[in-house]
Amino acid sequence: MSPMSVSLISGNKNGLSLFGLLSLVIRRDMVLAMRRRADVLTTLIFFVMVVSLFPLGVGPELDMLRKMAPGVVWVAALLASMLSLGRLFSADYLDGTLEQMMLAPQSLSVLVLGKILAHWMVSGLPLVLMAPVLGLQFDMSAQALWVLIAGLLLGTPILSMIGAVGAALTLGLRGGGVLVSLLVLPLCIPVLIFGAGAVEAVSTGMSVASQLSLLGALLVLAMVFTPWVTAQALRISME
Amino acid sequence: MNWGEFFAMKGYGLYVWGSFGVALLIFIVEIALVRHRRAIALQQLRLLRDAGEEE
Amino acid sequence: MVPWFAWLSAVLFAVGLYISFFVAPMDAQQSEAYRIMFIHVPASILSMFIYLIMAGYAALGLIFNTRLSSMMASALAPTGALFAFLSLWTGALWGKPMWGAWWVWDARLTSELILLFLYLGFIALHASIDDPRRADRAAALLAIVGSVNVPIIYFSVKWWNTLHQGSTIKFTGTSMHVAMQQGMYTMLLACWLYAIAVTLTRVRSIILERERNAQWVLELSEAK
Repeated sequence: MSPMSVSLISGNKNGLSLFGLLSLVIRRDMVLAMRRRADVLTTLIFFVMVVSLFPLGVGPELDMLRKMAPGVVWVAALLASMLSLGRLFSADYLDGTLEQMMLAPQSLSVLVLGKILAHWMVSGLPLVLMAPVLGLQFDMSAQALWVLIAGLLLGTPILSMIGAVGAALTLGLRGGGVLVSLLVLPLCIPVLIFGAGAVEAVSTGMSVASQLSLLGALLVLAMVFTPWVTAQALRISME
Repeated sequence: MNWGEFFAMKGYGLYVWGSFGVALLIFIVEIALVRHRRAIALQQLRLLRDAGEEE
Repeated sequence: MVPWFAWLSAVLFAVGLYISFFVAPMDAQQSEAYRIMFIHVPASILSMFIYLIMAGYAALGLIFNTRLSSMMASALAPTGALFAFLSLWTGALWGKPMWGAWWVWDARLTSELILLFLYLGFIALHASIDDPRRADRAAALLAIVGSVNVPIIYFSVKWWNTLHQGSTIKFTGTSMHVAMQQGMYTMLLACWLYAIAVTLTRVRSIILERERNAQWVLELSEAK
């Protein structure tokens, strides 16, 4: 257990504000993630590989690739974010930290939100940064690339949040990895539709703002509800 | 209207009977599964009780 | 009580099928193929309502910790999944002669498919947790999250579909003949009773399986 988590659990920082708590959890998880950089890289490499496989599968015509690009990048991001979900709670579950967190006087929802945000920074943000490079492979226009980045910035946190619910529900189950995808993927469809739709709107000359604002609305909704639902799911799983 | 005409459904027989046939099949299979499950549950109970009486 | 529902359902199926095939007249536009409607529409309606009822029972079980409602939820799931599948299957067989394609990416079809996925997720999660109490509660939470998501998914898919012009299919909303309506309502009622009978039988099995150590179960006359 890292010193930070000890201080978190024993609650010796009295009067810890909500954001103080949040940043503490995020910092702790980031430190832990940085000690295992290979995990982070695997997700990123998977993302790059899946996207690169598509042109090999359907042929190198640029017209078709340009049309496919938003969908391909988004589906690959969806799959990549599923892959990393298993790590969200499992380490803390195995070493008992999670149990301590539940007993902590602080709100479990806030702790969970911190963990989700940290997870997104480690597994979602790299995808967002890598996406434009992959977009160039598909000959996307500069404007479309910007919209892609904006969409992914709004969308990948939602994927992490919905995924967290699934990860919490399947905590400690055999075959949890596949099960998580089965549970979470149908729920992610709206994100996929709006995210890919925004990029497509660029090429058809339609308004991008409406799609991005819908994604933003989904993000706010997810931010409000999923930490609480995830906390409930963790309580169910830890009984 | 004779039966041949009835089953042909004006050329749509495959679609119409394909729908209703599969519906019937699903219902029969589900009923069989549910009954089987109940029979197993009752059998288990009987085994459990007999074991309890022997003790 | 189960035999009552079962027999009533069987009778209504017989009546409904008779009306569907012998009383209801041929549709002017769709010829005889429209008769698929008599099984397709009830299956679609049931698949959606069963999900709502399932989520409702699951929520009751989660909030008030009542075991019977959780058992009802898990007993409803397979029947709901079957109706969702039936709805897709008959929809495909109806779509082929009418639209010329087995499958179109219409909002309704896509949502129904996602509904089937949600059912399968519920069943899979329930099946992979050994402790029945934890399984009930985890699956209940999933069902509730799913039911919150269903409208969002439906509207997003609908919106996505209008964006991709070319595959818009309008269901011909022509006024239905009285006999058609009667046939459909009879079939709908028959399907409801069937679902109730099957679910009650299944929930009885689940109770027997879970409560096998309780004294009253062993004293049941049927177990002797």
